[in-house]
Amino acid sequence: MTLLDVVLFLPLVGFLLLLILPKESSRMAAMVISSAVFIVSLGLLIPYWFQYPSGHTFSTDIQWISYPPIRYHVALDGLSLWLVLLSTLLTPIAALVSWNYIDKRVKEYYAFLLLLEFGVIGVFVSMDLFLFYVFWEVSLVPMYFLIGIWGHERRIYAAVKFFLFTMAGSVLMLGAIIFLYNRTGTFDYGQIQGMIQTGSLVFDPRTELILFLAFFLAFAIKVPIFPLHTWLPDAHVEAPTAGSLMLASVMLKMGTYGLLRFCVTLFPDAAHRCAPWIAGLAIIGIIYGALVALVQPNMKKLVAYSSVSHLGFVVLGIFTFTQQGLDGAVYQMLNHGISTGALFILVGYLYERRHSLEISAYGGVATPAPNLSIIFLITTLASVGLPTLNNFVGEYLVLQGTASANFGWAVFAALGVILSACYMLWLYQRTFFGKASESLSHHMPDLSTREWAAILPLVILMVWMGSFAQSFLPSISVQNTAILEQTKKLRVERVAIPDRQTAEVSRANR
Amino acid sequence: MQLWLIPILPLLGFLLNGIFGKRLSKPVINAIAVGSVVLSFLWVVKTLNALGAFSGGLEQTYKEHYYTWIQSGALNISVDFAIDRLTAVMLMVVTGVGALIHIYSAGYMAHEGGYYRFFAYLNLFMFFMLILVLGANFLILFVGWEGVGLCSYLLIGFYFLEKFATDAGNKAFIVNRIGDFGFVLAIFLIGFHFNTLDFTTVMTQVKSMPVEATAGIFTAISLLLLVGATGKSAQIPLYVWLPDAMAGPTPVSALIHAATMVTAGVYMIARTSQIYLHSPWALDIVAIVGLTTAFVAATIGLAQNDIKKVFAYSTVSQLGYMFVGLGVGAFSAGIFHLMTHAFFKALLFLGAGSVIHACSGEQDMRHMGGLRKYTPITMVTLLCGSLAIAGFPYLSGAASKDLILEAAYEHAPWMYWVGVFTAGMTAFYVFRAFFLTFFGEYKGKHAQPTHHDPDTAHQDTHGHGEPHESPAVMWIPLAILAVFSLGGGFINIPHFLEPLFPLQEGEPARWLEYVAMAAGLGGIALAYLFYVVSPALPESIANTFKGVHTLIYNKYFVDEFYDSTVVEPIVGGSRQLLWRVGDVRLIDGIANGIGSTARGLGSILRRAQSGYIRGYAAWVIAGTVLAIAYIGFMGASR
Repeated sequence: MTLLDVVLFLPLVGFLLLLILPKESSRMAAMVISSAVFIVSLGLLIPYWFQYPSGHTFSTDIQWISYPPIRYHVALDGLSLWLVLLSTLLTPIAALVSWNYIDKRVKEYYAFLLLLEFGVIGVFVSMDLFLFYVFWEVSLVPMYFLIGIWGHERRIYAAVKFFLFTMAGSVLMLGAIIFLYNRTGTFDYGQIQGMIQTGSLVFDPRTELILFLAFFLAFAIKVPIFPLHTWLPDAHVEAPTAGSLMLASVMLKMGTYGLLRFCVTLFPDAAHRCAPWIAGLAIIGIIYGALVALVQPNMKKLVAYSSVSHLGFVVLGIFTFTQQGLDGAVYQMLNHGISTGALFILVGYLYERRHSLEISAYGGVATPAPNLSIIFLITTLASVGLPTLNNFVGEYLVLQGTASANFGWAVFAALGVILSACYMLWLYQRTFFGKASESLSHHMPDLSTREWAAILPLVILMVWMGSFAQSFLPSISVQNTAILEQTKKLRVERVAIPDRQTAEVSRANR
Repeated sequence: MQLWLIPILPLLGFLLNGIFGKRLSKPVINAIAVGSVVLSFLWVVKTLNALGAFSGGLEQTYKEHYYTWIQSGALNISVDFAIDRLTAVMLMVVTGVGALIHIYSAGYMAHEGGYYRFFAYLNLFMFFMLILVLGANFLILFVGWEGVGLCSYLLIGFYFLEKFATDAGNKAFIVNRIGDFGFVLAIFLIGFHFNTLDFTTVMTQVKSMPVEATAGIFTAISLLLLVGATGKSAQIPLYVWLPDAMAGPTPVSALIHAATMVTAGVYMIARTSQIYLHSPWALDIVAIVGLTTAFVAATIGLAQNDIKKVFAYSTVSQLGYMFVGLGVGAFSAGIFHLMTHAFFKALLFLGAGSVIHACSGEQDMRHMGGLRKYTPITMVTLLCGSLAIAGFPYLSGAASKDLILEAAYEHAPWMYWVGVFTAGMTAFYVFRAFFLTFFGEYKGKHAQPTHHDPDTAHQDTHGHGEPHESPAVMWIPLAILAVFSLGGGFINIPHFLEPLFPLQEGEPARWLEYVAMAAGLGGIALAYLFYVVSPALPESIANTFKGVHTLIYNKYFVDEFYDSTVVEPIVGGSRQLLWRVGDVRLIDGIANGIGSTARGLGSILRRAQSGYIRGYAAWVIAGTVLAIAYIGFMGASR
């Protein structure tokens, strides 16, 4: 049993523990457990501290079901490491921001939160396709309930929409996984990948395209990529603060993680062939999301649409197939988790004070709550990609990579950088500047200690990740180099095969 | 040499005042804010001295490496600072003028709320501005570039209770973002083509490459960089944010929106001069943009009534001159004008601030007049600044402006003539402001003013009766700047910058200088005639040329034009078309359509669930047959 197994199963133990503990203590128990998970998960950094191993670490590979041969195979690499840490960091923060916000069915709420953590960590560390699929679905259930039970007025509608959209995609993915099993006799990602690498598993282009699209659709809905994004604003608006936080910061990354881990490496030819189309959709998403965010009267919807825009950068970066593009994409996954997560937390703080998500219900918050305003400002600036804060590094790398792949793409994508300033600053102005009304001033206390504790780690990370990117980038970079290598090699071979065939054919004809 | 200390000192000031400022007393806040900048200035002097900048040294770039910021593939971006002679000039101007303005602010802001916030932002600005000039690669420069934009945004919107101030802040940030769009694209092109963003490496490579005629990589990079520069340095078409930026406190206008930040575009083009020199076509565009801006902004300046607006348009216009200098290849003349402009424009703004302070927040010159009786020191210092900008012989403005005009004549005589005409207008509108403010009778209110005209509102509501002279903490910086405005022309910047920007051979004709001089003096004389000798004259002229006057007075309706052609279509289109139709009706409509189709399908399939065992058995058999057929088919095809 490795440390990774502990990190993975501790939330599940917590989930079960919460079910038997009295409900008065569930809040504190969840906090203690999730904090413990985070502290333990920091241990995962040890192998990555002084060197940047390119292979797997903390690998466990044991049989789960003998036939079909499904294995419990989990491992960590430079790509999943940071996503796991992001999940373990945000779960205690999610518990902390729910502290007073959740007052009904408290026990179930925190239990679901821990179950969600179990699911998402599982997604990021699974090296067996079936296991991956199981975790993928496991993570769906608690989120469905978090939105459906603790959400706002239209929570049922939003929860069902969320569930159906995601399910629609994941069923296709399951089909593709089973197809792969039928062809290879294994669910093991490493083995299948190896077969593709060595050329012992070859698809004809049409089959590869269909398989690629089956995976792609599942991930594209999750990301979400335009035009599959309409479930997201509804889900965010109706979800409780912690639900939005986990959804935006962690669950959307399952989609982009999947694209990078499975779509690109298992079906590189199809990925290369589809890249211009996907990049096009990503760019539309960047601009479209930003433009629609500009005109939202509801704060959470605004942030939700801004997510569509930000994640467009991630998808674009992946499908440039350049080192900078990939590095930027992964970095941007983390950045989005930090800064958009922080935005949802802060919007939640405002909601708890004023009980409205309409921007027009605010104005002049800066006067009664200066600290809240400053933290919101820093988060806003991170979100618009101000240098020295985190998003800049990611956006820069993505766009630099894009520019070397196709300068035209970079021109359009960079428009998103102008628009992000427009919608965020406008939001900030209408919420925080101006004269505060009497009723607003009375219900707008500044940040409490608990609220500080939840938001401060994220603000520190914004500065740290923005100013000292090399604390995080090297291990990501190493992993991306490996991924790029995998996709490149195949293309060369694939190009070589028809040549050899035609050579043989022509020889036969002679 | 510990170059990092130069920006870190103001950063410390920012952190101290920003975090603890609420609990500190005003003198402590002052000591931290002013002290950090003065120390930074002293460190600059010490460093430059050690590098021999004052004694003919510093011919090579001196560089310090701190740490790797971003490493991805072949691209390595480090936090590096570098000093060459160009940076040396910028450092002296930024920290020197910056320190004076900090001192002045201690007096000017004494009665204002949010005292610590103001100084924290001002120190943060110094930090980013120093990063901008010290940065040894494009991305570090860009860090400073965006950072100063942020501080500009924060300080323009300093009076955040007022909507016009926060509107102006947003406008500044967003218009600058449009410029940055060009700048970042240029950075991507450079990063892609040279695989590095380091200035020295890129410029060395560029030097060995052939000059291109029109289209090509250098032209693309140059023009994109120019887009960035037009944003930050308020050139056509992106100048519209700067006049609105006057909503900020006056020391901010002096420091950020006159002396330092807005010159960043000029600095950037000078810094990348090698690239521009490889694209003569792009250089021509720079000159034309500058010349047009200089001219258009000067015409608008003729008809403004708000004293700060006059100086704002004047800044736009003077920045245009600097661009002309760069565009005609006289980079050192452009930088020279950047420096002298920093002296006299900071002086003019601070003087205007002193006038506004004297009039308890009044900014409209129609409500001033006769202030020479009340504020003699301010008047004398303002006179120095006005004479300098008007191109009075041997003063700093004349020295640098004449160099630009002479170079322009070499390049294309018509540029010289437009420049000279603009110089005449400049002298006219600056002295118009001067005479309206200090001559004639005092036309302001003597009681405590409480009104807030949205265009001219100023939060300085500490009431005074009569206009009064400013305290020493304010006029001493004015006096120092006045000395530099008068004598700054004798600091031979073009000679100092010769290792970087070789001077052209040959003496220019003397008459070029005399004509420019005459234009300036003519402008002053005309202003004297209009606003002192016969004050009724301007009114009647404005009435005669009503159309032209309306056009100029309303700034050519450029803001309205941008609003109706860019802002409204984007906002309206996004709301009506993209959101309400695209997202809600189209995409969600399709999704819901699939949903209801599925429901319809389900109601048909429901009939299969009959509950009869034999019905199920039939389905099972049918299914099995299908499955076997399928497997057989698959097997056959394999």
